[in-house]
Amino acid sequence: MAALRSRNISVSETSRPILPRHAKLKFDETRQRWVILAPERVLAPDDIAVEVLQLCDGVRSVEQMIDRLAEKYAADRGAIGTDVIAMLQDLADKGFLTEAREKTS
Amino acid sequence: MSPTLTDAGVAASDPSDGLAVLEQRGSTAETFGIPLAVLAEVTHRCPLQCPYCSNPVELERGGSELTTEEWKKVLTELAEIGVLQIHFSGGEPTARKDLVELVQHASDVGLYSNLITSAVLLTKERLGALADAGLCHVQISFQGNEPVVADRVAGLKNAHQKKIEVARWTRELDLPLTVNAVMHRQNLHQLSDIIQMAVDLDADRLEVANVQYYGWALKNRAALMPTMAQIEEASRIVEEAEVQLKGILAIDYVVPDYYALRPKKCMGGWGRQFFNISPAGKILPCHAAETITGLEFLSVRSNHSIAWIWQNSEAFNRYRGTGWMKEPCKSCEFREIDFGGCRCQAFALTGDAGNTDPACTLSPAHEEIFKQAEREAAADNNRFLYRNFAGGTLETEGEHGA
Repeated sequence: MAALRSRNISVSETSRPILPRHAKLKFDETRQRWVILAPERVLAPDDIAVEVLQLCDGVRSVEQMIDRLAEKYAADRGAIGTDVIAMLQDLADKGFLTEAREKTS
Repeated sequence: MSPTLTDAGVAASDPSDGLAVLEQRGSTAETFGIPLAVLAEVTHRCPLQCPYCSNPVELERGGSELTTEEWKKVLTELAEIGVLQIHFSGGEPTARKDLVELVQHASDVGLYSNLITSAVLLTKERLGALADAGLCHVQISFQGNEPVVADRVAGLKNAHQKKIEVARWTRELDLPLTVNAVMHRQNLHQLSDIIQMAVDLDADRLEVANVQYYGWALKNRAALMPTMAQIEEASRIVEEAEVQLKGILAIDYVVPDYYALRPKKCMGGWGRQFFNISPAGKILPCHAAETITGLEFLSVRSNHSIAWIWQNSEAFNRYRGTGWMKEPCKSCEFREIDFGGCRCQAFALTGDAGNTDPACTLSPAHEEIFKQAEREAAADNNRFLYRNFAGGTLETEGEHGA
């Protein structure tokens, strides 16, 4: 069960989320929209989810992502931060985000 | 703020369902948008002999299979016309020596690849090579939760143990794992244990798929048909597990439609969201479509493009939409919800694929098949006809212990 738990991450400002190898964010040229490809599923994320997911490279921290979005949209950092963390947590709970892990083994 | 992640379809319980959102602008039945996911049955060869095999009774021989180059060309074409996911299936897809090369090619052209396998031919090394080639997801079929029932159903000794081993390697490689359990009268008593097995194997998804009765399964219906009591119990177990395992294991449950009130929206509607490609390259509306006689299915070896076959071929257009329907479908308020159920089942049970699927209570044949199912389940004749290239082999008396 340990392996199971490691798949479900808890998102905070220090997290460095990344899409797991089985979830692929891709621009679908035929239908002209972004999709997430997952086992047996194709999902159609909205524009905000796409923008946030594109920032999830496993290097950038959530804190840095929030800073960037707050600056881009000249919005209140506190409000953006709450929204972004909630969104990332939701994506993580659905299995579309994992955390870049330190190579310990 | 919760992101809007619209589910464009779960392709599992209904192998097919793939499009709603991405093509919601028009009626899909009219626009025939290219499917999101396509099933590539790269071979009919398989070391297992499951009596409910979804391959046609007339299996395509190894010699008629598309070559490596032909499959690569097909994969390229699929990606170009807008297909996003490819399911490598069979038969047993790993029986093809070139599978790693095909998966690599799928990755190269941008297709998301799933492997639908019995697992028994895989080595750790080969699975690793498939992962390196970009394989995105592995689905392993299980016939039970322990070797006695499972190996007998598969018709292959030590198959179960091997599957367990490959499932573990799959997770060691950090590939997502789906356990596919095909359920029937002779293994439904193991359902709780199968769910636990999926959890223990660290699977992400479990498909609890009751046998659908066409082809080989129809020949074996008397040996496979569950009792009504078994189905009620199975539904209860799945419902409980879904609550208990939320966030741990996703369960897709396919009910046996003989006992349903409404027919399934088979393939999301004929020629609407799905096609599969047979080993020899025939483009089919579903893997059982060839059981319907009198339809001609075009091949990728013909002079037509895949998109042309999908959009224009007679076989795809015959039962598309609702125009082909007779009563009671024609005036039915559910006609665009289930599209009259399954064409193959209508053909198998009534002799006319244009009839209402008898799984529907509105079909004049429903009462009779429901009673037949009950009678067969009660008779408890458990002997299998194993699937093979020779047209099937009846289980010997000694083998069947049940």
